Amino acid sequence: MKSSSGARVAANAEATLAHRISTTLYSKPKLRLRLLLSAPVTWLGLVYIAALLALLVTAFFTVDSFTGNLVPGFSLENFASLFTNALYSTVTFRTIGMALAVTVVDVLLALPIAFYMAKVASPRARGILVISILMPLWASYLVKAYAWRSVLSNVGIFAWLLRPIGLDTPGYSLIGAAITLGYLWLPYVILPIYASLEKVSSNLLEASSDLGARTWSTLRRVVFPLILPGIVAGSIFSFSLTMGDYITINIVGGANQMLGNLVYSNVGVANNLPMAAAIALVPVIIMFGYLSAVRKTGALDNL
Amino acid sequence: MRITATVKLLALGSAAVLALSGCTSSNNGGNMLQSLGDNEKTVSLLGWPGYAEDGTTDPAYDWVTPFETATGCDVTFKSYGTSDEAITLFKTGDYDAIAASGDATLRLIAGGDVQPLNTELIPNYAGVYDFLKNRDFNTVDGMTYGVPHGYGANLLMYNTKVVTPAPTSWSVVFDGASKYKGKVTAYDSPIYIADAALYLMKHNTELGITNPYALDATQLAAAVDLLKAQKANVGEYWSDYLKSIQSFTTGDSVVGTTWQVIKNYTPAEANVEAILPSEGATGWSDSWMVSSKAKSPNCAYAWLNYIDSPEANAAATEYFGEAPATPDACAFGSKDFCATYNAGDVEFEKQIWYWTTPIEKCLDGRTDVKCTDYAAWTQAWLEIKG
Repeated sequence: MKSSSGARVAANAEATLAHRISTTLYSKPKLRLRLLLSAPVTWLGLVYIAALLALLVTAFFTVDSFTGNLVPGFSLENFASLFTNALYSTVTFRTIGMALAVTVVDVLLALPIAFYMAKVASPRARGILVISILMPLWASYLVKAYAWRSVLSNVGIFAWLLRPIGLDTPGYSLIGAAITLGYLWLPYVILPIYASLEKVSSNLLEASSDLGARTWSTLRRVVFPLILPGIVAGSIFSFSLTMGDYITINIVGGANQMLGNLVYSNVGVANNLPMAAAIALVPVIIMFGYLSAVRKTGALDNL
Repeated sequence: MRITATVKLLALGSAAVLALSGCTSSNNGGNMLQSLGDNEKTVSLLGWPGYAEDGTTDPAYDWVTPFETATGCDVTFKSYGTSDEAITLFKTGDYDAIAASGDATLRLIAGGDVQPLNTELIPNYAGVYDFLKNRDFNTVDGMTYGVPHGYGANLLMYNTKVVTPAPTSWSVVFDGASKYKGKVTAYDSPIYIADAALYLMKHNTELGITNPYALDATQLAAAVDLLKAQKANVGEYWSDYLKSIQSFTTGDSVVGTTWQVIKNYTPAEANVEAILPSEGATGWSDSWMVSSKAKSPNCAYAWLNYIDSPEANAAATEYFGEAPATPDACAFGSKDFCATYNAGDVEFEKQIWYWTTPIEKCLDGRTDVKCTDYAAWTQAWLEIKG
């Protein structure tokens, strides 16, 4: 008797509590929104922002040179050597140069391919093309880089094709690395350009031609401004992925190194996490500048 | 009954010793074990690739399973690519034992990451080559921290069709390297600076280098200059031995530093030869060490003893491609095993400068100058690669 009434009281209390919560949430939409967002925001804050902050903080630490143990503290030593040591500026400029070269080559290759896919090919051919562009993304990045290692080698396809006409394979060099990186990121550049070209109505091309514009002016004055956000979106991919790469350059880049290698060496070889953190901030800052520069074009809405 | 109780007591005692050593391990790794207890159920090992094969890579190579059956210690093994990676991994404290080269051992000892060993608890240690015992990379202040696994030299490999006349000196990758511009290869690690220092030790005697791992600032600068000049001719640096095999096979590399195992696995049609040049060579002697934070010290000791047993030592070192730590292993390897790797050849061995960690206190005994330490070498190496 007693226990069952107790249970009823508890059930009542539970019902009132649930009822009260739902009433409160119903009448306060802002609270509702906050609760809904709290989980993803916490995740973003912890996993993403906190990691970046940890990176920033670590950059001010130092390392005991013999035992390799981390010494927390505040020291500007790492940043000082970042600016005074010629090694870091050389490698930074080499990395930016590589990222720019890869981006330019990829955009130049992607434009005609994307245009053909969006405006010329039949729907059936378009499907096949999209699949064949996505296909390489299913294979491992390492497999593709090692495939290029054999293509670029002394006895590879390039050497075999080019030697009869008096040229030679670029071999394992910066050019070899640029070709490989260009290949690896090409799908990421084609797809946003293709997507933005698909949105350009064919009526616009016809109207332009009816008004007397030749092909080139139509492309330059009608199509290009419309797909610019797509091009910039693609360039963000190729630029940032190249900025952070350290594996491809190791496999096909010969004796050269990029910023990623310096980070890797400082973690793996030198066991100097603070210096690695300081170096890692360089591409972060460069990308930040790049992103804020392209924000105005509306490219970020096209990603 | 009585016996089990004693064993338990001993185990408890050793655990207490370990717990103590854990607390006092700030600089010397604490006290060594006085006796062994019951084997724990598992042991976690860290080593170069191929140092603990359990048949998953190739069913024909398995020396871990017999150990597990005999001792009841289940082995988990993780391999690493460079000595530096090894140190980073080992510092996590997740491993009971590590096979480390001389360029890592001193850093682990100084960091308090490993404990001194009681070699009386490792019966097979008695059979190890004497020249591998009590060396500066495995013994500090008279305490042994590592038992030898195997050793080898960093040889000079060249393509016999391209590199003529056949080289006898390292000069072919230093002063004479421009002849093979873009086809020279070198080992990608700060420790490679010692190779340049060894060359300078023999050819630029006015620098006064007597030990390639004890370089003062001037001597390091000379080695760095030599390596910067070499870099112009280097096609690529290698740290992954499979990458090196491939570039010698395709002819992208024709001359450079190598390991015997690379020579062995490079196909015959690539026409490569590996020699020990007249200057001698750098090399490695690897030691198994026990973590100061080991959770399974008894199993770790059991492994150390097992890996120096003739049969297991032969299997492990022949698989990797190096000389065994004990002469008795020769009988268990293939016919030419010990001859291939010059095992026990004292004349050969004398010409090897084993990898060791450069430290501020000069290893050659000089006290009037400070030597450059490994951190300086690492910075120099990054600058050499540019």
